[in-house]
Amino acid sequence: MNRPTDPVTSTALASPAVTRAALFGLTRLRRSTRTERREWLLAFVLLLPALTMLALFVAYPFARGIRLGMLDSVVGREGQFIGIQNYIKLWYDSIFQRTAQNTFIYTACATFLKLSLGMLVALMLNNLIGFKRLLRASMLLPWIVPTVLSTLAWKWMFDPTFSIVNWILYHLGFIQVRVDWLGGPVAAITSVILVNVWRGMPFFAITLLAGLQTINPDIHEAAAIDGANAWQRFWRVTWPLLMPVTMVVVLFSVIQTFADFQLVYILTGGGPANSTHLFATYAYQIGIATGKLGEGAAASLAMFPVLFLVVLFQLWYIRRGEGGKGGA
Amino acid sequence: MAAVSSGGWRRWFYLYLPLGAIVILTLFPFYYMAVTAVRPDREMYIPWNRPNFAPFWTLRPTLEHFALLFRETLFARWLVNTLFIALMSTGISLFCGLLAAYALARLRFPLGGALGTGIFVTYLVPQTLLFLPLGEVIRSFRLGDTPWALILTYPTFLIPFCTWLMMGYFRTIPRELEECAQIDGATRLQAMVRIVFPVAMPGILSAGIFAFTLSWNEFIYALVFLSSATQKTIPVGVVSELVRGDTFFWGPLMAGALLGSVPVAFIYSFFVEQYVSAMTGAVKG
Repeated sequence: MNRPTDPVTSTALASPAVTRAALFGLTRLRRSTRTERREWLLAFVLLLPALTMLALFVAYPFARGIRLGMLDSVVGREGQFIGIQNYIKLWYDSIFQRTAQNTFIYTACATFLKLSLGMLVALMLNNLIGFKRLLRASMLLPWIVPTVLSTLAWKWMFDPTFSIVNWILYHLGFIQVRVDWLGGPVAAITSVILVNVWRGMPFFAITLLAGLQTINPDIHEAAAIDGANAWQRFWRVTWPLLMPVTMVVVLFSVIQTFADFQLVYILTGGGPANSTHLFATYAYQIGIATGKLGEGAAASLAMFPVLFLVVLFQLWYIRRGEGGKGGA
Repeated sequence: MAAVSSGGWRRWFYLYLPLGAIVILTLFPFYYMAVTAVRPDREMYIPWNRPNFAPFWTLRPTLEHFALLFRETLFARWLVNTLFIALMSTGISLFCGLLAAYALARLRFPLGGALGTGIFVTYLVPQTLLFLPLGEVIRSFRLGDTPWALILTYPTFLIPFCTWLMMGYFRTIPRELEECAQIDGATRLQAMVRIVFPVAMPGILSAGIFAFTLSWNEFIYALVFLSSATQKTIPVGVVSELVRGDTFFWGPLMAGALLGSVPVAFIYSFFVEQYVSAMTGAVKG
């Protein structure tokens, strides 16, 4: 039986906030006064430039991207519609499978290391009395300097023949023979993860430090008086209070790491033998280097489901936090 | 706290030594970049396990790599391009972001909340998701290989950021300030421009600094949308013109990397506080 869509379910499917706002808008429209209408007009005018830019260069390319992912376009030739064949082809492509696996490993390892190291550094900085500003400022350098340029320095430090990293480890007695940092698949992805941690850790440390500074030291003192040791105080007091900041930082970082391009492009170019590609670098290789635009667009859109879930989770988390605050 | 603050060797062991090690690890690549940039070629290419390999300093510093950079590549041109693109896109984004943030934070209108969420979501869209279709769009607008390809696309990630940051900032400014001005006969728009924006100046500065460094550092759009050597920005120019196949010209590469990093590092050193507040503010929302 072909039943019309149940209005209750379709309302429930839309975000409750949107529905509420829409209902609010409709009821207000009828009863709106002249001053209200003028306020709406002003809001519309003020939002117009931003929304125009975002519509032209985000929403429109997004729609075109979905279409492009279903074409067999190559550079210089209009494509034919081929449905989801690009996606099917990628699904069975062993390099793409490897790429997907790499991206998840890369994101998980790098995020975990950035969070744990960043948390440690934040705790240490929070305990520091002098030099706090100076240390904070110098520690952020990897984060503000153009990533491609600092990654070039790392590439030079990992050079198979002239590696300074090897020199240091050799003279400290850690290695006897040279390590080819970017030579093998495992070594290469490990090196890329290390550089990502180097670059991203400061963001975690500084943001978590800002969060730590908002925690009232009295709470710690109270816990200490009640006999909690440093370890317990961290897990029972600091960690839960820091949770909202941690969550947002982690989700931001997961999105950035998952969609990373520059580190791999510079350090390994996806090699050796296509073993270190991430979604973005593989999409670049297919779309730009090989010129198969349709397939490349499909490869980068393959990131979308994961990114979408992360964003949904983040929105849910923020909403939940706001609801809690409102209720308190 | 007590465990760490109970002085002496414990404080050194748990605090100063690890922090010192981390700072050294953090800054070492920059130091090495600088040393390599002034190291003469005949000293550079000595295998790491030779006894006369002195990696941490050079006794014969040279400026030949910098000279080569300006003589044989278009580095000066790239510098100007990068600066122009970063300034223009920051300006556009601040303009759009400020107005949008004011509307979202201060005005009541239908769908305001949904629009705010929508802008936040675009803030989370990574550049690598849309670079191929965006390249098509750029081509169909006939902007390919011009600075406008970047000036108009960088705002896609800068506007959401500026809007989000400024919304947070506007909320901290008491409404009474505007209401007073409006009672004195100013229109809403006048109150916004003459009263609220000047008070929000520190926030605007933070957003501007952050946006400037983001566009200075952007890579993939610049790599894909620009093709001729005269149009390139520093990151793309350095990578594409100083790497030939498998040959890396490490001296000039490091000189270029150093010169490309110094402007942002310089600006940053003056505005560390603003930068940090933008970074942490953007996260807290």
